[in-house]
This record gives sequence, structure tokens and C-alpha cells, in this order.
Amino acid sequence: MPILHELELNRRDLMVGGCTLAALTAVPTVVQAQPSPAGALALTKVSLTVNGQSHDLEIDTRTTLLDALREHLHLTGSKKGCDHGQCGACTVIIDGRRVNSCLTLAIMNEGMEITTIEGLGTPGNLHPMQEAFIKHDGYQCGYCTPGQICSGVAVLGEIKAGIPSHVTSDLTQPVTLSDAEIRERMSGNICRCGAYSNIVEAMTEVAGRQG
Amino acid sequence: MKFDKPETTNPIDQLKIVGQAVNRVDGPLKVTGAATYAYEWHDPDARLAYGYPVGSTIAKGRIATMDLSQARAAPGVVTIVTAKEAGQLGKGSLNTATLLGGPVIEHYHQAIAVVVAETFEQARAAAALVHVTYEEAEGKFDLSAEKDGLGPTDSDVKVGEFETAFAEAAVRLDETYTTPDQSHAMMEPHASLAAWDGDKLTIWTSSQMIAWSVGDVAKTLKIPPANVRVISPYIGGGFGSKLFVRSDTILAALGSRAAGRPVKIALPRPFLMNNTTHRPATIQRIRIGAGRDGRITAIAHEGWSGNLPDGDPENAVDQTKLLYAGANRLTGNRLATLDLPEGNAMRAPGEAPGLMALEIAMDEMAEKLGLDPIEFRVINDTQVDPGNPNRPFSHRQLVECLRIGAERFGWSARNARPGTARDGRWLKGIGVAAGFRNNLTTKSGARVRLDGRGVVTVETDMTDIGTGSYTIIAQTAAEMMGLPIERISVRLGDSAFPVSAGSGGQWGANSATAGVYAACVKLREIVAQRLGFNSTDAVFADSEVRSGDRRALLAHAASNGEITVEDAIEFGDLKKTHQQSTFATHFVEVAVDAATAETRVRRMLSVCAAGRILNPKTARSQVIGAMTMGVGGALMEELAVDKRRGFFVNHDLAGYEVPVHADIPHQEVIFLDEIDPMSSPMKAKGVGELGLCGVGAAVANAVYNATGIRVRNYPITLDKLITQLPSAA
Repeated sequence: MPILHELELNRRDLMVGGCTLAALTAVPTVVQAQPSPAGALALTKVSLTVNGQSHDLEIDTRTTLLDALREHLHLTGSKKGCDHGQCGACTVIIDGRRVNSCLTLAIMNEGMEITTIEGLGTPGNLHPMQEAFIKHDGYQCGYCTPGQICSGVAVLGEIKAGIPSHVTSDLTQPVTLSDAEIRERMSGNICRCGAYSNIVEAMTEVAGRQG
Repeated sequence: MKFDKPETTNPIDQLKIVGQAVNRVDGPLKVTGAATYAYEWHDPDARLAYGYPVGSTIAKGRIATMDLSQARAAPGVVTIVTAKEAGQLGKGSLNTATLLGGPVIEHYHQAIAVVVAETFEQARAAAALVHVTYEEAEGKFDLSAEKDGLGPTDSDVKVGEFETAFAEAAVRLDETYTTPDQSHAMMEPHASLAAWDGDKLTIWTSSQMIAWSVGDVAKTLKIPPANVRVISPYIGGGFGSKLFVRSDTILAALGSRAAGRPVKIALPRPFLMNNTTHRPATIQRIRIGAGRDGRITAIAHEGWSGNLPDGDPENAVDQTKLLYAGANRLTGNRLATLDLPEGNAMRAPGEAPGLMALEIAMDEMAEKLGLDPIEFRVINDTQVDPGNPNRPFSHRQLVECLRIGAERFGWSARNARPGTARDGRWLKGIGVAAGFRNNLTTKSGARVRLDGRGVVTVETDMTDIGTGSYTIIAQTAAEMMGLPIERISVRLGDSAFPVSAGSGGQWGANSATAGVYAACVKLREIVAQRLGFNSTDAVFADSEVRSGDRRALLAHAASNGEITVEDAIEFGDLKKTHQQSTFATHFVEVAVDAATAETRVRRMLSVCAAGRILNPKTARSQVIGAMTMGVGGALMEELAVDKRRGFFVNHDLAGYEVPVHADIPHQEVIFLDEIDPMSSPMKAKGVGELGLCGVGAAVANAVYNATGIRVRNYPITLDKLITQLPSAA
């Protein structure tokens, strides 16, 4: 039954989305500029919920969520390291799961709860993971850091939720937090400065505090 | 301030704040995403436009035709600049290839145009509509094919009679090693935002060396340096890649001039590995001759590398002049002209690949002699420059690094016979290598201001590329002025500030803090005068100035207005009389899968002797980061050369593999208690490059110890092991 319920919900969400798209097509909000082989300029309205705040944007359909955050909302904490899902610097948390925001278009994220590094904490009011990164020096240049921290927060959530990883040895038992689990799950977040050893320490401390 | 005599006691020696494991002062900004990097400057009124580069798809030749019509007509396009539109450009004195190519093409992905549009998406789409045809010329892309034509040169350094001594040596090693082209692969791509105000240009960029940038931007654009302002307070990693002005800066400046609006550009990741610089590949021949007692009598290190015309060699042989004793020596570089992208400095240029080879050779030689690799290195320690015995090292604790590391790592448990230690399906091995990097110092300036609130602001064009410059500079000023670190404000990375050492060659920490020290000495004198103290016996502590039974608040000195002073540290001739170097040992344990040859690093320890450690927390991070990069160099990093078309094939972060979390175990670092009064008033040296030097060879030696397979061609990928693995018993 819970599965059915979830399916139903998804289907309804889909329909809502479909209606929204239909409505948009009905009114002339998709602006066609001069035709071009590069693809015509198509602006679309999208409402993004970022760090609990709703933002209405009218953007190029090609705009990634990362560029919507950085260039349109000026939330530049999420970093662009590679722009194609290879480095993890752009990691944000969408509905509790970490996502490479460069690999998803902004318009695909209408209605989602998006949390960026700015939503986790501020210099005057740090999230425990941010505090632990400072204490354990889990960063150097700072460019991969927001992605590491977003990923780190979500990873602890994944382990808590019992979601297995490649290194989980027993799928019938609750997932236990270990250095190997952390390293495996964090491997999509590259740190060229090489702070890995310290990041594992920071995450372990936060996990311990959470109990 | 001139530094030309060994330092005596100074206020830094109190070590109340300097030398302490202080958290990074820029930490709260970095962990919350509030630190502003080059591409992130935002002015709502600026009418910012976006640039996107177009790169050459040939390695050598000329542009035959360039059709911009479709791109110009694409939605949102503001302007397109090619070499034709840009007019006559100069070339930066630190660049080998020009940053905007055409019609002549010097390397693959050399920038040939910048498309400027209203949005990033429009610029990117339009850039794909630039149609170019080329007249391709034949290029040279294969170092090994060029090697045989390149012999000894006049610049070879000879001590004694190497050939004779080597021929007469009882035990000899003559092996050749190779290291591949490597990419810095820092996380923040090169990025610049350029804005013109009349003939004055401001560039927000990501640069390790602000003054070098100003000079080469001016030279390239043929404008006076005084008209160029460069701002770079946060840098998302550099490792040498951001020492020099790159195409992002020049394209942003040209695009902005043509558009009449500010323009920003970040080099796309798949573009930057061929567009920017890399560490050139090397072929290294090492010959070592020794007596049966293990004493080296002859040592030669020759290095072959390639670069574009007028480029420099990768100087992989330099450390061999100084690291071990031996009366007869030969070192030399042989440089091939290649048409690959520009080779240039990457973290520990020279020593990083040089020690990857030399320290395998030392391991091999120890085995030939039947000596423990640590004992062999101890036997051949030298406390003087082997090429000039009248010149001692200012401080050299390599033997201590070896001994302490061996004890901490459990070296005595190593099984000297390779391929014999098993842990289930794993073959286990441990390896050691020495690390060596010279202590470079360079002039560095700073301005310090004391205001009426008792806050000291430090301004210098020094950069923090993750090294911890903000923090150690704040510590230096706090120690000197007797203030808590919270009362220090540090402003970096702006050409409006005094010229500093910048970040490179591991000279930054020592030189830049020494510059701040010099400025603070001057500030102390003025403060003491203002408060009516004799400056020589005034004590600065607890936000006060004290002398005898008199005391006054430091802030009172500025009650009638801010005090501003500027000074620089300038280094004299101590280096001529004393060799200044930093030393390390790296210990690595690996496990190699007996069936698949998958190599896992299990334990790592580095022991460093590098003068006073200004902040053990940030210094340790630099070393563990370097150890991580060393694992990459040993096991995975290689820019694969397409020898027909002349480019690096794996030009992104999926193809060019760097270590990830799963590759790196817990890492240990030990800093030996050391101060070096010959180095600077800080008595510090550098560790950022030292930490990388030798790591790769320690991994290679551990793999050998685990498997009995000696791989002399980096990286040690499993294909080089799998056919020779000991039979899985």
C-alpha cells in the first residue's frame, strides 16, 4: 500500500506539472526570438524554492539549476567546477537527496525543496557540519567545500535512512557508519587540495554528535 | 627591511599565536559559500555579458577561413573577437604560446575567438556556430621519438669525473624512468571578469601572482601597467596553473572592450586542460655507482622533456645535485621541441617528477647493495652541498626524518623480500622515499594600518590559494602587535596593495609573513614613539604597550588618526653561503590485489623538516593534500597524448583521474621541531611542495615490496602489474 500511495502521489505531481506546462504554452510566455540553428531563444517561467524561499524566474530553458542559482539568484555558494557532473562542487540537496545541480535543468526543479550551502548555515550561525569542517580543516582553497558539505550532510542522512552503498557488506542489516562508507559515498566530490583525510574526520565527528 | 644576517631573537619567538594550530580565519566564509571567487562578482547595474571561448581543433598550422556569420546572427550575441578584431597583441613575458591564436596556431585548443552574449547559454550556443577551416602543419608530439637526438649540453653540471668513477664502481645501477604529462586539475576553472573604465581595466580573476598578472596583462594588451587593476582574494586552487595570465583574462578584457560592457569568462573544464599549461612528461636516466660499503661514488641524473619553442624544460634533475653525497656527479636537462600545449610549472616543478624517479633508483640501488633503503640513505647523507663542500646546509634533518618515520611507521616489520607479505587476497608492501625541495625566498611587501579601535589591518597582494595565507598573516600581525587574532583584518589579492611574494615555489608563507613582520616592526616603532616609549624595550602584549612600569593601550597610539606604514622584506646573500632546503620522508603501505592487481593505499606518513611551522593545522593540510596528489601521480594521473593529432585526449575530470575519497586513507604528518634563522625573521620555510616530493616513489617502492614488480613508467596502473603478479598461491 505505501508503494501504491507513493505512485499515486507521483502521478498526481506529474499531472500538475503537465497542467502547468500546458498553461504556459497557452499564454505566450515562451518568447521566440529570430530563428537560429543554435535553437531559438526560449524563456520559461519557473518558480524555485531555495532554502525555504520561493523565487519566480523567467529563464532560458537551457539554464541548469546551478546557473539559475549562481547567475540568477546570486547564490554563488554552489560552485561550478566542471559543469558536467564529474566533480561534485555544485552539489545541492533536493528533497533530502544530494544532486549535482549542473546536471539538472532549472525548469525541472519546480516545486522541489532545494537546499544550498547558504541554506545550511551562515558565517554567524554555522551548521554543525560547517563547524566541523573548520575545526578539522576539511578544506583548503574552499572551492569544493560547499559541495563537500552538502554531500556530507546528505550522506549522513542516507546512512541513517539505511540506504546501502557499494561497500555495504550486508544488505539485510542496518547500514553502519564507517570510514569506508563515508569514503565510498563521498567519492563523487573531488577535492584537488586533498583534504579527504580531514573531511572524513569532520563527518565522523558530526555523525557521532548526532548519535 | 633587509634580511642579510642570521636572525636573532624577535617577537615572533614568543609563539603565543604564531606556531599555534589556529583555525583558518577565512573558514566561516569558505564553509558557508560566502567567499567570492572570480566568476562570482556581481554588480546589478553592470550590464554584465558572458564570454565563451572557441579553441583550435588542430595542434599546429594556420587558420584558413573563419566564418562568424552564423554565430553573429545567433540570439543574444553582442560581439565576437578573434585575432583579427583584437589587432596587434603582445605576448606576456611569462607565456610561451600566445593566448589568442590566429592565424598561426601553436597548440590544440589554443583560443582563437571569444563569443560575447547576453547570457551564458547564448554565448555557449553561438560559440558552437563559429566555423573554422585550417591548413594543418605537421607537428612533433612524441617525446620518446625526439629523445635520441638530444645529448649532453653546455649547461650540464659536472662535479669530479662521473664517467670514470661510475665505470670503476663496485655496484652500479643504470635505469630509465618515465613520468607522464600531468594536469593541475584545480577545482576552480580559470575565470576572469573584466571591466573597462575609459582606458583603465579592472580584472577580477583567479591568480596566484597578482603583480605578474598586472605586468603580463599590460604587456599583452599593450597598455601601461598603471592602467591595470587585478583583484583575486579567493582562488579555487592553482598548483601552478594560475601563476601566469591565461586566455580567460585576455579574452574577457578583449571581449569587454569590444562589447563596451563588463564581460566574464570561465574556461570550460574540457577546454582548459589543452588550453592552459601542464606538467611536461619526462624521461629520466639515472646512474648510481657505489662501493660495497654503500657509499655513493658516482651519481648522474639526465632528464628529457619537451615544450613549445622557447619553452623551458621540466627540470627533473635539480635535487640530485644536493640530496645525496658522492664525489663524482653529472646532471643535465635535454629539451625537445614539441607542439603539445604549453608545459609549465605544476606543484614542485622539477622535484616532483625528479624524485619520482630518483627515489625508485635509490630503492633499487639499496637492494643491489643488500642494504635497507633507510640505511642506504643515511650512509649517503651530506651536511654540505656536495658540489661545493664549503657551503653547508643551513639546517638539514633528513636522517632524523628517516629515523623518526621508520619508528612511527613500524618500518622494522617490513619484509625486505618482495612479494612475500600476504593479507588474504592482498599482497602487502611498504615503501619509503625521501622528499627534498629548496627553500626559495623572494621580496615581499605589506602595508599595515592601526586604527583607533585597536584593529590592525594588513594589506598585501599576497594570495591564498588554500595554503592558509590569510591565517598565518593574521597570526604574524597578532604576534607582532600583541593583539588577539580577532583584532587583525587581512586583505589580500589586490594590485592596489603592496607587491608580495605571491603563491608559488613554496616561497609564499615564509616570504609573505616576513614582509608583514617587516611592516609590523615599523609600525611598532611609530606606535612606541607616539606613546612616548623607547621603541627598543617596548613590549607589545595583551593589546597594550609596556615598558618598565608604564603601560598604554595600543589603540591610543591611533587616537588622533590611523597610522599606516609599509615595508618589505628583502633577502640578502645568506643563500650563497648556506644551502637552504626542506626535507621529508614519506612512508606508504599498499595492498595489491593478488588476482586483479588493483592497488589500494592503506597507510601514509610524512615526516617533514621545514623550519618553523607557522600553523601546524594549515601546514599539515598542505602536506596531506600533497600526499594525496602524490598518490594520484603514482597510481592514476596521466594526460594521454594523441601522437597523431597532438593533444591530450582525456581532457576532463572523468578521463584525467585524480584521487577521490575512496583512494585515500587516514594520513599522518609529523613536523620536526626546527627553526632556521638563516631563512627569514620568521625562521620558517615552506611545506606546500615538499609534501609532494617523493610521495610517488614511496608508493612505487611499496608496490614493489608488495609484488616484486618494478614499474619504472608512471602511473602504476594495473595493466603494468597484472601479467607479472606472483602466482596466487
